[in-house]
Amino acid sequence: MSRIDAKFADLKSRGKKAFVSYIMAGDPDYDRSLEIVRGLPAAGVDIIELGLPFTDPMADGPTIQAAGQRALAKGMSLQRTLDMARAFREQDDTTPLVLMGYYNPIYSRGVDKFLEDAKEAGIDGLIVVDLPPEEDDELCIPAQAAGLNFIRLATPTTDDERLPKVLQNTSGFVYYVSITGITGAAQAQAKDVAPEVARIKAKTDLPVVVGFGIRSPETARAIAGVADGAVVGSAIVSQIAEGASVSDVLEFVRGLAEGAHSA
Amino acid sequence: MANEFFNSFMTGPDEKGRFGDFGGRFVSETLMPLILRLEKEYEKAKDDDSFWAEMQDLWTHYVGRPSPLYHAERLSQHLGGAKIYLKRDELNHTGAHKINNVLGQIILARRMGKTRIIAETGAGQHGVATATVCAKFGLKCVVYMGAHDVKRQAPNVFRMRLLGAEVVPVTSGRGTLKDAMNDALRDWVTNVNDTFYCIGTVAGPHPYPAMVRDFQSIIGKEVREQMQAAEGRLPDTLIAAVGGGSNAMGLFYPFLDDKSVNIIGVEAGGKGVDEKMEHCSSLTGGRPGVLHGNRTYLLQDDDGQILEGYSISAGLDYPGIGPEHSWLHEIGRAKYVAITDVEALEAFQLSCSMEGIIPALEPSHALAHVMKIAPKLPSDHIICMNMCGRGDKDIFTVARALGFDMSDAI
Repeated sequence: MSRIDAKFADLKSRGKKAFVSYIMAGDPDYDRSLEIVRGLPAAGVDIIELGLPFTDPMADGPTIQAAGQRALAKGMSLQRTLDMARAFREQDDTTPLVLMGYYNPIYSRGVDKFLEDAKEAGIDGLIVVDLPPEEDDELCIPAQAAGLNFIRLATPTTDDERLPKVLQNTSGFVYYVSITGITGAAQAQAKDVAPEVARIKAKTDLPVVVGFGIRSPETARAIAGVADGAVVGSAIVSQIAEGASVSDVLEFVRGLAEGAHSA
Repeated sequence: MANEFFNSFMTGPDEKGRFGDFGGRFVSETLMPLILRLEKEYEKAKDDDSFWAEMQDLWTHYVGRPSPLYHAERLSQHLGGAKIYLKRDELNHTGAHKINNVLGQIILARRMGKTRIIAETGAGQHGVATATVCAKFGLKCVVYMGAHDVKRQAPNVFRMRLLGAEVVPVTSGRGTLKDAMNDALRDWVTNVNDTFYCIGTVAGPHPYPAMVRDFQSIIGKEVREQMQAAEGRLPDTLIAAVGGGSNAMGLFYPFLDDKSVNIIGVEAGGKGVDEKMEHCSSLTGGRPGVLHGNRTYLLQDDDGQILEGYSISAGLDYPGIGPEHSWLHEIGRAKYVAITDVEALEAFQLSCSMEGIIPALEPSHALAHVMKIAPKLPSDHIICMNMCGRGDKDIFTVARALGFDMSDAI
């Protein structure tokens, strides 16, 4: 059983929804970023999404793009991101770590070498925004073979006809994108999300976690209430951008986690 | 040369949108259903005579096609070698080849019931063409343009606004074409129902590279007929500037299976193709990667981060290139070279003084390569170069580069 599967089994047995947080690796710098990541589980985070910096994050809003630019300016890279994952893993052997980003840095390194290194660093799953099912041969199939979960995004434009294709090679969980748009933009509405989650759950046994447009404990609670969990990214990254201390960032995360866990 | 292994170079892309290993559909899930629908609608339109009849009518009466094929006699004599023809696509309505493609996409958008058109633009030529056709059809038009380009192509920004388009300056990244394309994709992902993304070059996710090539191929088709009428044979060498590569693909494509025809694409060499990366020569100085929906040659660092590139020409200032060019480069069917800013400026001036044609900086790069090779070729060697845009938009940039103070001249 993968760390992700184990985590959802544990949450289910306790009747809890998952709280998933996203931060950009290396933002605002390597040391503080690692300190934040290390503090996330104690702040109530069930699954950590670690953003892999990329110059051209086409599905992300200005908040995440700026975070990537800050990280890159401080010398962050795919190698350093894997180093950070490994450093986290030395102290925490249970919290799932999902690498989220875009394909080119991975392709540039070479898929086989990347998978070997990611596995070794303690990464459990991958979310690669610009690899739809049509490009499964690139990374999805090799990643599953290497024992990494490949977590796919389903979106409001993924209609019933297309949904089976999206679910086919997905593992770990399904990430439902609550809005058509970029990260950090419109607010997710539980009443819109609920039927969509039900539609996906009718077609898969995988947990369905919802992200995009969740910025407050209240929204986290409302969205987690109609799904298996909620993801918050831009709102946390904004705190880091505004210069919040590590403990303030973790305190903010704690509030969001409590929101999701109270659902 | 791997040419012998192919029966035809004109069959691509395959059903996955690939030219060899290049191309594909590397987009987020939100966009995937949209590009699949676009592909379906385009396939339908392509086989519909009424679609092409509408195109032909507008090409003739609105754009002014066919554009002339012009024997540049003084230039040929001056260079003292090959016989040089210019395909005069700068004489099109809006002053560049861009409108060939825009018409096709907008007619398709109308068939699909889309009411809002978005576009990215570098030099502003694609933005102006899109704003123009949107005005003609009464469609809402939003153009994303890098903030840096807004500054260096001010006349085109004003044109777009006159034509009723909203021009959105993009400040992310370094504020050039790549960043404008990112923001256009972000807009599309947000406005999935009413919006059609009109891409200006032979790049992006499938079906754009093939679709834009098909619309631009009118250039090469006309050259075949016109050259037949003028010389009774095919040209020996085709030369065109390559940023994303749409004017080049349009000229090259109808000749890909004519093995006697040499094909040369000219990339922007900026300040020189070396380790400092102050250029936009994706094929000469880059390596394969994935950006903006397709796999192609890209300027990138060792970590796979995209580099900004640099060129005096805003229209060539893009760190990638259309995937079909990457394929033609790898199999050796076309050859790609780089021309520096300095060489392009020299060609710009030569075209003005020798032929009375003020060229855009983009085709000035192509002309600079003509200047290099023509003198060494025999007088019966026919070169056809695509004069893909006129230079009115560039006079400020050129004046600055040549140290001419515009405010003093009045």
